[in-house]
Amino acid sequence: MTKRKFGLGLSLVLAAGTILGACGTKDDEKASTGSEGADKGTESTDFSIAMITDVGGVDDKSFNQSAWEGFQAWGKEHGLEKGDGGFDYLQSAGDADYVTNLNNLVRRDFDIVYGIGFLLEEPIATIADQKPDNKFVILDGVADRPNVVSVLFKEQEVAYLAGVAAALMSETKQVGFVGGMEIPVIERFEAGFVEGVKAVDPSIKVDVQYTGKFDDAALGKTTANRMYSSGVDIIAHAAGGTGNGVFAEAKERKTKDPNANVWVIGVDSDQYEEGAVGDSNVTLTSMLKKVGTAVQDVANDAMAGNFPGGTTLTYGLAENGVELADSRGAIPQEILDQIKEYSDKVASGEITVPETVE
Amino acid sequence: MPNRVVNILVPVISVILGLLVGAVVMVVSGYDPVAGYSALWNGIFGDSYTIGETIRQITPYLLSGLAVAFAFRTGLFNIGVEGQLLVGWFAAAYVGIAFDLPMYIHLPLAIIAAAVAGGLWAFIPGLLKAKLQVHEVIVTIMMNYIALHTTNVLTRMVADGKETTGTIKETASLKSVFFESLTDYSRLHYGIFIALAMVFVMWFILEKTTTGFELKAVGFNKNASEYAGMNVNKNIILSMVISGAFAGLAGAMEALGTFQYASVKGGFTGIGFDGIAVALLGANTPLGVVFGATLFGALKFGSLNMPNAAGIPVEIVSIVIALIIFFVACGYIIRYFLVKTNKKKEAK
Repeated sequence: MTKRKFGLGLSLVLAAGTILGACGTKDDEKASTGSEGADKGTESTDFSIAMITDVGGVDDKSFNQSAWEGFQAWGKEHGLEKGDGGFDYLQSAGDADYVTNLNNLVRRDFDIVYGIGFLLEEPIATIADQKPDNKFVILDGVADRPNVVSVLFKEQEVAYLAGVAAALMSETKQVGFVGGMEIPVIERFEAGFVEGVKAVDPSIKVDVQYTGKFDDAALGKTTANRMYSSGVDIIAHAAGGTGNGVFAEAKERKTKDPNANVWVIGVDSDQYEEGAVGDSNVTLTSMLKKVGTAVQDVANDAMAGNFPGGTTLTYGLAENGVELADSRGAIPQEILDQIKEYSDKVASGEITVPETVE
Repeated sequence: MPNRVVNILVPVISVILGLLVGAVVMVVSGYDPVAGYSALWNGIFGDSYTIGETIRQITPYLLSGLAVAFAFRTGLFNIGVEGQLLVGWFAAAYVGIAFDLPMYIHLPLAIIAAAVAGGLWAFIPGLLKAKLQVHEVIVTIMMNYIALHTTNVLTRMVADGKETTGTIKETASLKSVFFESLTDYSRLHYGIFIALAMVFVMWFILEKTTTGFELKAVGFNKNASEYAGMNVNKNIILSMVISGAFAGLAGAMEALGTFQYASVKGGFTGIGFDGIAVALLGANTPLGVVFGATLFGALKFGSLNMPNAAGIPVEIVSIVIALIIFFVACGYIIRYFLVKTNKKKEAK
């Protein structure tokens, strides 16, 4: 028995040894290319940026994607390629990976490293302390460090307009809101949406559900199913990948019955494509956060030598940082005009939208 | 071929096969396997930082692997390591934040709190199994969800409605300034010593004590053990509690070492579930768990560098890593073929 165990142990050591051995020769090669890359980075005057996402990928059709599209647009504008010395991203599998991924990017000599999303707030603060000479940006969160720029959006303002739109469009006088995790960003969406609905018609019922997850489309689908079955006809979601399930449910209902009155209000980026069912579409509009614009603004400022480290930038309706996406005919013109009125009032400060639900 | 040679050849061949098939997957999907594997290697052993982080990643795997392995030896399938880890995480973080004590009391207290929390969490399925013959797999799986959402609520309460509690007091921290300076700010912490000590503890309990003998006996044959005068129910509960305590300690590693806080989680950490594979790879022996955890931790951490240095998408990386582990786990097939060819030769 002991002998067998010893044998097993020994063999596992060897197993480990082999993995290492198999790669051993390639290691030198890699090391040399690695240092070349580093040299290139320091010599060239090119500016480079990189970002890390939370557990969602850059193809989440939502927040991460719009940030990444901002990166791509910025790279194109400055003639840069994806990779070292240009722009790049890393995705994380869990919260243990955040700091490592940030560290990896810092080591690859990117001039600015972006943390995309509230969940990166702590990791950005940690790494900003460890690498005081590097520049960082946190989107949707605040990290009060001299080498970090914090970027916030007034989600409540665009959600307010979405609430107004939903209230004016709803036929059943019941609307829904599906949130991801109960974090300040999402609560701002909720508060704005609820407030917007109330501004039009206080009697309309808003069904608010939090799924607790940003990457569970199946859960989003069942949540949407419950809502639509209970009479809700418009659902606004702020749940990242979970929200894709809301679209899936709406599209399923629309496919079964082309006359079904179901709508989804998308979030972060224009989710029109996501709602396409044959010739019709279930996307009413989307609550746009111009993440890409914000990403590029900071990069351009830093390139010009005025990286606004230690400050918090806030993008609202007045700053053109948030807006409702083109509804492509889903919302009739007279309602659009009404929304415009509300929009102007919010932008001018006549209406202040609360950040939290009372 | 002597048995020992076979024993050595099996894992060697299985790892090579895993790497080969992984390489094929990378080639087929249009990526460079040489760059991929060198990125993996560099991600594990590239420099002091990655080595530090690799060991940091191995630490909780060691303990979750021990937890699963220990219950297995008594014939119990503890799928609830994940939940026990979460309650341990919360307990350690709570003690770390709520109390003001000198370090020599505070740190042990936080660690023990985690072990006790994990142990209590595993006590329930143990009790149900012993008294009512409720299958522990069902109970522990469900207890995982209860743990996830309960700790989320409690974390929110401790954190005054926020998602992340404050940082634990320094007197309860396993953080190592020495390791930090040695490894360029990796999060390597003193927890690795606790984990290794627990490997010894498990070996000692199982091999050197009467209790351990009884636990193993129940694992081999419940009825025979009962006939021999052992209290089977007591042993089932005890085994679950010790297993849960290991799992709770894994949580303490995260709370007091890696993260220094507890946070509201959208889903499971995966460490507890991976612990099942770690234990099985290690044939449920303490030493085997060390190797299983090393393999898992190193691959898991090193693979982070594959998208970073070689531009391979995370999805492909997951497939490659899974293939390597898959081939290591099916050593039986390779052993079968080795023995077969061997016999043919002898026949000639």
